[in-house]
Amino acid sequence: MRRFLLAFVLFAALAAVPAFADTAMLTLVARAMIFALAATSLGFILGQGGLVSFGHAATMGIGAYAVGILMEEGGRDALVSFPVSMAAAGLFALVTGAISLRTRGVYFIMITLAFGQMAFFVTQSLSAYGGDDGLTLAARSTVAGARWLKDPKTFHYVVLGLLALTVLVSTMLARSPFGRVLAAGRDNERRLRALGVDPYAYRLVAYVIAGAFAGLAGALYANLTEFVSPAYLSWHRSAEFIVMVVAGGPGSALGPVLGALGVVLLEDGLAHLTEHWRIIFGPLLVLLVLARGGIATLLGGRRDG
Amino acid sequence: MTLTLFLVQMLNGLQLGILLFLVAAGLTLVFGVMDVINLAHGVQYMLGAYLMVTATALTGSFWLGLPLALAAALVLGLLLERLVIRQLYGRDHLDQVLATFGIILFVSEAVRMVWGSAPLAIPMPQALSGSVRLMDGLNYPVYRLVLIGAGLGVAGLLYVLVTRTRAGMLLRAGATNAPMVSALGVDINALFARIFAFGAMLAAFAGAMAGPILSVEPGMGDNLLILAFVVIVIGGIGSMRGAFVAALLVGLIDTLGRSFLTDILKLVMSASAASAAGPALASMSVYVLMAAILFFRPRGLFPAPA
Amino acid sequence: MAEALLEIAGLAKAYGALHVTAGVDLAVLPGEIHALIGPNGAGKTTLVGQISGEVMPDAGTIRFDGADITRLPVHRRARLGLARAFQITSIFPRFTALEHAALAVMAARGRTFRLLRPASSDRAAREEAVGLLEEVGLAARAGVAAAALSHGEKRALELAMALAARPRLMLLDEPMAGTGPAESAAMVALLTRLKGRCAILLVEHDMDAVFRLADRISVLVNGRIIACGTPDAVRADAAVRAAYLGDGA
Repeated sequence: MRRFLLAFVLFAALAAVPAFADTAMLTLVARAMIFALAATSLGFILGQGGLVSFGHAATMGIGAYAVGILMEEGGRDALVSFPVSMAAAGLFALVTGAISLRTRGVYFIMITLAFGQMAFFVTQSLSAYGGDDGLTLAARSTVAGARWLKDPKTFHYVVLGLLALTVLVSTMLARSPFGRVLAAGRDNERRLRALGVDPYAYRLVAYVIAGAFAGLAGALYANLTEFVSPAYLSWHRSAEFIVMVVAGGPGSALGPVLGALGVVLLEDGLAHLTEHWRIIFGPLLVLLVLARGGIATLLGGRRDG
Repeated sequence: MTLTLFLVQMLNGLQLGILLFLVAAGLTLVFGVMDVINLAHGVQYMLGAYLMVTATALTGSFWLGLPLALAAALVLGLLLERLVIRQLYGRDHLDQVLATFGIILFVSEAVRMVWGSAPLAIPMPQALSGSVRLMDGLNYPVYRLVLIGAGLGVAGLLYVLVTRTRAGMLLRAGATNAPMVSALGVDINALFARIFAFGAMLAAFAGAMAGPILSVEPGMGDNLLILAFVVIVIGGIGSMRGAFVAALLVGLIDTLGRSFLTDILKLVMSASAASAAGPALASMSVYVLMAAILFFRPRGLFPAPA
Repeated sequence: MAEALLEIAGLAKAYGALHVTAGVDLAVLPGEIHALIGPNGAGKTTLVGQISGEVMPDAGTIRFDGADITRLPVHRRARLGLARAFQITSIFPRFTALEHAALAVMAARGRTFRLLRPASSDRAAREEAVGLLEEVGLAARAGVAAAALSHGEKRALELAMALAARPRLMLLDEPMAGTGPAESAAMVALLTRLKGRCAILLVEHDMDAVFRLADRISVLVNGRIIACGTPDAVRADAAVRAAYLGDGA
């Protein structure tokens, strides 16, 4: 009940933002919400399944590139390009996940990192679509021919709605038998196998779902910035997503959202302070980890339903 | 002509492989013994190059600068172990990833503040600046040959250290059973600190040696770090021998792929299609290699005993 | 003699020079409680591991209900009706007792690949889970997180989860270990009630419990079965007495 209240307050506050924010502020909040969407999908596999994927920015970037490339080829409508983004990112997750999920622990971290970097280099070599320099979009996507996404306030509510949908799906998945199996595989894989369940297929499906939602985040991000570039797929951003999930607490569906909003706003605030904001952010991150034992138990409500 | 080019690229690939080995050796050592995944290893490589810039500028000599830079890297490694890494022993890998990512952000930014963002150069030592004629029509820079030789020398030294010495024995024992080694009265904290700093110094050595042929810039450690991960995943995490074999493999395939894949593709498809697909496929080659090896051997070529 | 449910022939497993399983032949009949006993280090855990599928044998065959399962992975064996309750209480710390049982029921019925409906809405699974908890005496503790259960209760929960699969053979790895006298008496009573419902291969150090429960006993020493028979026959067996009591006895 308390968690429901928290979700209500959070989304109501986000819904109220356009009433007072200027365009720059709206852009910042939209960015934060899009990252929150991606962080929620990562939070699902990381929190529920114990899968520390270090290539989440790559799936998001592939979603962004799908929008950019389609637009370059004349496909401007979101009703086509957004599903294509999700499908492309999901397909990438399916292929790389099928291999990565054969491994455990630190191998999984490094392999997802390596596959993410592979996608990064491939986008860099796409000379027809800007290569290293990236690709500027002609305009934002249309929705069934209408140019809704052009208006920052409408865009804000579209992103907010999709974020709410993502959180809802993540919560439903977590409470389903499917989510229970994922959690059981995280806690005690050996016991799960003895019950007659091989967690591999469950993990792969979860990985693909998370990838598809990251692709959706990428499609939104390409529209927000009206630009795509290999930097969207960089492993630094993948690491940032992990930071968001952990900072917010992977134990609940709302944690990654709070983490993403917090990290984006903090980065923005520090960046206003000094161009060398990372010199503050880096040590903060180290402190977060060293204090995490305490934080995790404070925030770590159970997520298993 | 083509054969010469091929040989040159082989040597270039070998040289990349050697650099990768020097970085991967420290990574795999720290992971194998302390069970710590250290993302900050890439910035230690970068830091080595920057320290070398300053050390050669101060002393006016490559040969005096090198030991100075290495000593500085060793001290910084000890400091980093003491301040952060020591808190991460026995922690979850997720914590280690996050904390060492924080270190990357800090060190990269500190380097930008101290040395600036523009690429710097380390002057080539006079004695090694020429090239040597290996065969008809094949001249190869002396410095690159020395780099390859130095890397092989370090590999040999590491082999002797790990297999023949008391320190190496402790190291292998520490990898299997740290509490037991500790119970036998060995100061495990001091051992870990030394291993970590030694790994940092190896990475710095790679950076310092790479300085004269690559440009020294803030992001230089990033790509090498990921390739080093690919190397130790292929080789088997914790295996020094695996790191060596995989580093050469990755160095060669990456270099040869980038130079020849487009031409090879032209044999089977149109020139324009090959020029479009070649670079993309070449940049994927080492990752495809990794995927293929993991498909058959999920724990790498030389899996560490469980 | 009835057709054996589990039939092991010539099973061997070595770790380096150490032959942990050295040519084991063993048959478990349908419905019997078959105890596997032996001194520490006899290789019981490795043998159970090979039967459940966690350890791959070097040689020999394992047949279950006529089918060769020697190389099948753990989860496939479990689905054939070979359930295992663990020696180390290895349960999911954050689930309640009822959630454990319900997950086991859903897994056994193939109802886990459902993505969007809450697990708690599967009424059939829930009812069956409640029934299982009642059967093992945990009904009153259904809502308690597993981590908060007592040792004996965890063992009972393990048993409930194994029973969820309606197994034909249960591997019970030391169900009495670490339990107090009252708890082990309760466990003996529980296993007695289960007798006949499925075959049980019981690995146990508590000889009192073994001789009260078992229909037949196999004795494993140094990776070999040195005796197999009814409790009385095993009690009288010279080789067994030698192994347990020392040579001169």
